[in-house]
Amino acid sequence: MDILQKEKKLKSLEAQLKNLDDQEANETILATIENYKKKAMSSLNGWDRVLLARHPSRPSTKDYIDHVFDEFIELHGDRYYQDDPAIIGGIAMFNDVPITVIGHRKGRTTEENIMYNFGMPHPEGYRKALRLMKQAETFNRPIITFIDTPGAYPGLGAEARGQGEAIARNLYTMSDIGVPILTIIIGEGGSGGALAIGMGNQVFMLENSIYSILSPEGYASILWKDANRAKEAAEVMKLTSYDLKEMGVIEGIIKEPLGGAHQDPAFVYASVQSLITDFLQQYHQRSNYEIRTERYTKYRNIGFFQRFNYDNLKGVIK
Amino acid sequence: MKRELLKAAFDRKKRLKKTRIENNTKPLTPHKIADVPKGLYEKCPECQSNFQLKDMMKNEMVCPTCQNHIRLRAVDRILMTVDKHTFVEKGLGYITLNPLFQDGYEQKIKNYKDQTKLDEAYIYGYGEIGSQPCIIGVMDSYFMMGSMGSVVGEKITKSIEYALYKRLPLIIFTASGGARMQEGIFSLMQMAKTSSAIKKMHAQTLPYISVLTHPTTGGVTASFAMLGDIIIAEPKALVGFAGPRVIEQTIKEKLPEGFQRAEFLRDKGMVDCVVHRHALKSTLNQLLRMHTKGGV
Repeated sequence: MDILQKEKKLKSLEAQLKNLDDQEANETILATIENYKKKAMSSLNGWDRVLLARHPSRPSTKDYIDHVFDEFIELHGDRYYQDDPAIIGGIAMFNDVPITVIGHRKGRTTEENIMYNFGMPHPEGYRKALRLMKQAETFNRPIITFIDTPGAYPGLGAEARGQGEAIARNLYTMSDIGVPILTIIIGEGGSGGALAIGMGNQVFMLENSIYSILSPEGYASILWKDANRAKEAAEVMKLTSYDLKEMGVIEGIIKEPLGGAHQDPAFVYASVQSLITDFLQQYHQRSNYEIRTERYTKYRNIGFFQRFNYDNLKGVIK
Repeated sequence: MKRELLKAAFDRKKRLKKTRIENNTKPLTPHKIADVPKGLYEKCPECQSNFQLKDMMKNEMVCPTCQNHIRLRAVDRILMTVDKHTFVEKGLGYITLNPLFQDGYEQKIKNYKDQTKLDEAYIYGYGEIGSQPCIIGVMDSYFMMGSMGSVVGEKITKSIEYALYKRLPLIIFTASGGARMQEGIFSLMQMAKTSSAIKKMHAQTLPYISVLTHPTTGGVTASFAMLGDIIIAEPKALVGFAGPRVIEQTIKEKLPEGFQRAEFLRDKGMVDCVVHRHALKSTLNQLLRMHTKGGV
């Protein structure tokens, strides 16, 4: 039974609650609901987290912008080609501190999703993000990016306008931006499309979000020639927040309520708020040079390998 | 006694550097290459015309009938591009590990190591092109499709840092299917690592020439490959972020002829020039000369 089926069962239990007037019966059902939540939803496997990360009612970047920040003005366009609705960006106020906010935008309904291209940006989206980041650097605003994308869009136009170049240029420039960048992965973090705006000084993940090099479906179909084995792949790929924390790729995990962020969004917004407050306090006094160097060193040191030093051999060789 | 031991170790180090390349000078026989179907080297994959391997090597692996550029091994590429006896390999001794404990990954690496006689899908070192010194790095698409894992990412970054240290121009030949899936998030982070290293290099005003060869896709395109000051592509090389199969699946129609090929990219303004393999060495020499003669 995966998490979505469990959720359905929980909903049916909750539906029972409304029909009853009896106080005692109500309490017993409440108790069973609590019990069920604790039992069924506290230990999730990789695939459950993939499903939760893609959950249609999961809070999106727009929700975070609306609930975490006080004011927000959206800025459009990359100044070269057109505006990409799959990336939302602008200036927000957080406790009287202006902040540049950039994130992938996903919709709730099918229509919205088609409009926002399912959160898959074109090159102009990345160029817009880059423009906003450079602008933030000019006016010394911290940058906060929210990541929620299946990946960069693979299409004719996107390729012709240089999807690869756009992502590369983003990584290249982000490594040298003099203002602090905080990255929060709120849903799916899919490959280069996510990294292109996610090269933060600090990277945080919501508990049930995922961050991987490609989708479990893609992994299964490439490695095992069978896209239906995505469930297995989700376990093998180590894409959950706990795995990534263990590998040292992210700085921390933001706790979610039982059953995912959509069960109690206010709880998540509050933790994100406190996280941002901490972040701003930490970086308040740092110089641009320090911020740049910290980011560079962070990414310079990621890697998992050994180096064999021939100099240590000395007498061993004949 | 101690001196002798030291000398032995030194000689060994020297020998390693030399023999690595020299052992590989003779062309691989087709059955030794894993990814390639049997008989590729007897038949051009484009026009299906037969040829002899020996003649082909003399012709820099360009098909004489259809001018198709057949994929080169990294070693052949270096021998073809760099002046004789000038190449010194750097960055030896990296060991690929299995960070996600994936089944069969170690065995796969071992097989590729045996087949290609390389440690990983990337070689770099010092070399001279028409007596112009430079740091040259080459990816080998016969080693697991040249995919970029932790070691390849680290070696690329090291080669950039080595160019910085020596204050020499850098040339990287890319040929890769993208980031290596088996190393998961670590491979993804190599994109950030290599791109930021290039930024460091540009801050020191050193030129970086990127040569895109068939095929360059995925995470490599989206990082150091497209960041060259000058980007050269080989004719008909496949260069793109998403693979053609993925795009076909997404848009559910057939791709137009020549899509994502070098000429297409040049027309779209993504590549500086498309250069035939026979003219590549002289072009690189020309570019290096133009960059060593400082400004006003």
